Amino acid sequence: MSTPLLEISGLTRRFGGLIAVDNVSLALMPGEIMGLLGPNGSGKSTVLNLISGALRPDVGSIRLDGHEIGNSAPHRIARLGVARTFQLVRILPSLNCRENVLAGIAFGRDALWGHAAEQRAETLLARVGLAGRAATATGELTYIDQKRLELARALALDPQLLLLDEWLAGLNPSELQQGIALVRSLRGEGMTILLVEHVMDAIRSLCDRCIVMNAGRKIAEGAPDAVLSEAEVIRAYLGDDDA
Amino acid sequence: MKPVLALAAAAIAVAFLAAVPLYADAYQLSLAITLMNYTVLATAWSLFSGPTRYVSLATVAFFGIGAYTVAVLAERMAWPYILLIALAVGLAVALVVGLSTLRLSGVYFVIFTFGLAELIRQIVTWYEVNVTRTLGRYVFVDIDAADIYWQLLGLAVLAFAAGVLIRRSRLGLALRVIGDDETVARHIGINTTFAKVALFALSASFMTLCGAVMAPRWTYIDPAIAFNPVVSFQVLIMALLGGVHRLYGPLFGVVPLVLLFEFLLARFPNHFSILVGLAFMLIVYAIPQGIVGFAERIARGKRGAA
Amino acid sequence: MFVAAVASGLVLGGMYALIAMGLTLQYGVARIMNLAHGELMIAAAFAAFWLFTSAAVNPLVGLLLVVPAAFAVSWAIYRLLLTPLVARAPNRDALEVDSILATFGMLFVIQGVMLAMFGGAYYSYSFLAFPVNIAGATVAANRLLALGFAAAIGLGLYLYLTRTRLGTAVRAVAVDPNSAPLVAIDVRATAALAFAFGGALVAAGGVLISMFLTFNANIGVVFTMKALIVVIMGGVGNLLGCLVAGLILGLVETFVATWIDPGLTLAATYAIFLVILLVRPQGLFGTASR
Repeated sequence: MSTPLLEISGLTRRFGGLIAVDNVSLALMPGEIMGLLGPNGSGKSTVLNLISGALRPDVGSIRLDGHEIGNSAPHRIARLGVARTFQLVRILPSLNCRENVLAGIAFGRDALWGHAAEQRAETLLARVGLAGRAATATGELTYIDQKRLELARALALDPQLLLLDEWLAGLNPSELQQGIALVRSLRGEGMTILLVEHVMDAIRSLCDRCIVMNAGRKIAEGAPDAVLSEAEVIRAYLGDDDA
Repeated sequence: MKPVLALAAAAIAVAFLAAVPLYADAYQLSLAITLMNYTVLATAWSLFSGPTRYVSLATVAFFGIGAYTVAVLAERMAWPYILLIALAVGLAVALVVGLSTLRLSGVYFVIFTFGLAELIRQIVTWYEVNVTRTLGRYVFVDIDAADIYWQLLGLAVLAFAAGVLIRRSRLGLALRVIGDDETVARHIGINTTFAKVALFALSASFMTLCGAVMAPRWTYIDPAIAFNPVVSFQVLIMALLGGVHRLYGPLFGVVPLVLLFEFLLARFPNHFSILVGLAFMLIVYAIPQGIVGFAERIARGKRGAA
Repeated sequence: MFVAAVASGLVLGGMYALIAMGLTLQYGVARIMNLAHGELMIAAAFAAFWLFTSAAVNPLVGLLLVVPAAFAVSWAIYRLLLTPLVARAPNRDALEVDSILATFGMLFVIQGVMLAMFGGAYYSYSFLAFPVNIAGATVAANRLLALGFAAAIGLGLYLYLTRTRLGTAVRAVAVDPNSAPLVAIDVRATAALAFAFGGALVAAGGVLISMFLTFNANIGVVFTMKALIVVIMGGVGNLLGCLVAGLILGLVETFVATWIDPGLTLAATYAIFLVILLVRPQGLFGTASR
């Protein structure tokens, strides 16, 4: 068995009196897609923010490829090959589509600039389904196209680990199918993905394994179908009466 | 425009401007110096504040540091050394301030930079009153108005060149990303602290040198003249009026406002600040994108309609 | 000497707290960073001066005229000049920067009008300027009176905000302008009200200060800066924080002037401010918001 790409142990983060993430441990193998589930406020996004360096852990370690990144600045973590999208899509509004992707290429793992970077930007835009839209202003993009552009910008970092924070949320059924296909195609390239998601169809069809959080703690781990039928998971989502 | 053409046009413009002292009379040259002074300051201001959208009111802090360094060192050493020392002092202050404050955002940064200029002025005043016991100094250096003008022109050319180079570089893109969304900037691998401090320091260097070059204009300098907060606001309003999205934008604010202020001060000296205030409000309300942004929007509108 | 310094520090600090409460209402509720705040204060001081010297109106009676006028003027400024900025701002940061620029223009206009009317000279008048003995130190009666009024006005405001329906609406908008409409609060009207209250408070401060300090048309900016310092020290929107921070600033200034060097009081003020901004930008009593 190979070593995990991402290994988190005993991760804890408090906000004042609230323990947002409480002693969470998990490991992601290279090429694996893991789903991070749980009710709102259960600490999923905080886990992503801790991995990407937006927040620092109070206790615990986060190792990427064996290196501790728990106390690194976000830009260093990004350069090590951890890319992310945001819960509320964050496009750079005053830059056009090409520049949005260039911004990822220019400062990522093997940073490119000039002609080579522009070519790679075109390739990435085509990759997410935005071929020929390089010069489009971001204000003219539909919601799904904004999500595509945000994904292209994340892929521009040439990441080892991709963190998707509810990237499939808010899409209509046909867009959802396109989105799922897009993420699945990334797995074909061997990318390791950790996704926070509420859309059960997406979780069932994409994830190898799932982790379910409630009130900051990990309450279940395993294959999607098995995990989703566990009593404690149902209780976390639906309350005690239904369990 | 093709780069070669643009370069040729710029060279011709600079040659033309360089010839101004040869045929201008004393009043015209003095006006040209004022224009050039604000061109350097507003362009330097927008080098940093344009892309990052950090509104800085520290302009006069650096300008004053430059001017005051000259006042202290005049006659003690050759002019180029004085400029170098002024630059070093300004740069050092900019680095300290940049490193400690650029994590403040929005309104706190604005207020901090405003307070900074005031703090430096108070400290210099106190030092002069209590330690050297001479509030106010005479600047005697062998530099005439034409020399000042040419040095300012040189600074303006350098500031524009720096602006062009930065805009084409990775750093330029980094600054625009920071201006749009600093969180995203950090998460795509941009060292935001480095980018911001580097540009803040560069911008401050130009302001410091500008103050140093301008110092001999006054012959007499005291902290109230060198650190006059109105300068910071004038630079800000000029850059805003011109528009900070383009490198040449501030120029379109400097020329009309310098002429307007000159006119108002000559005609209505007693109501100057009322009129400046009204001009300021007019700009903020009517043309928030600046003249260049306004013109571009109209041009785009026409193209869209055609 | 110590008691005297403490007494005059408290008087000064009480004034700072009062004008800072005005600013914190405007910034915390209406999201307007009002750089013309100090100018309104000086305008009120001039009004009190004019009423006293030319119409022999007691400044305490003057309060009853000046404060409602300032309330009305501030309300009109918000409705006519600031509402367009609120409407066009895409987010809170943009509004703050826009409001700084717009109120900076207003600063110049108000200052220019005062300069045209009164020139740059310093003004003062003599009202209840007899000494009172407190614990061995002598303090001018007008200062004590000013402090008493400042305390009464501050307390009144605090009770108003915590005990009345309208006051609760004001606090709700300060906490969360997006959710306030859900409980049927008119955010624009409430913001205008808060802005007007801010203007009334700073005008009250101006009238009280005119009783014992000399002032001129140019020093409004200094008071704006001090109010800003107090607001940030106390934590934006925090009235009790304003009170404590205002008193601290008044005491520090008086102590520096008494025992170190009067020339360094402003430098000390700014130094405190810069340190607070760097070390605790959320204020002395605020908690970090993530």
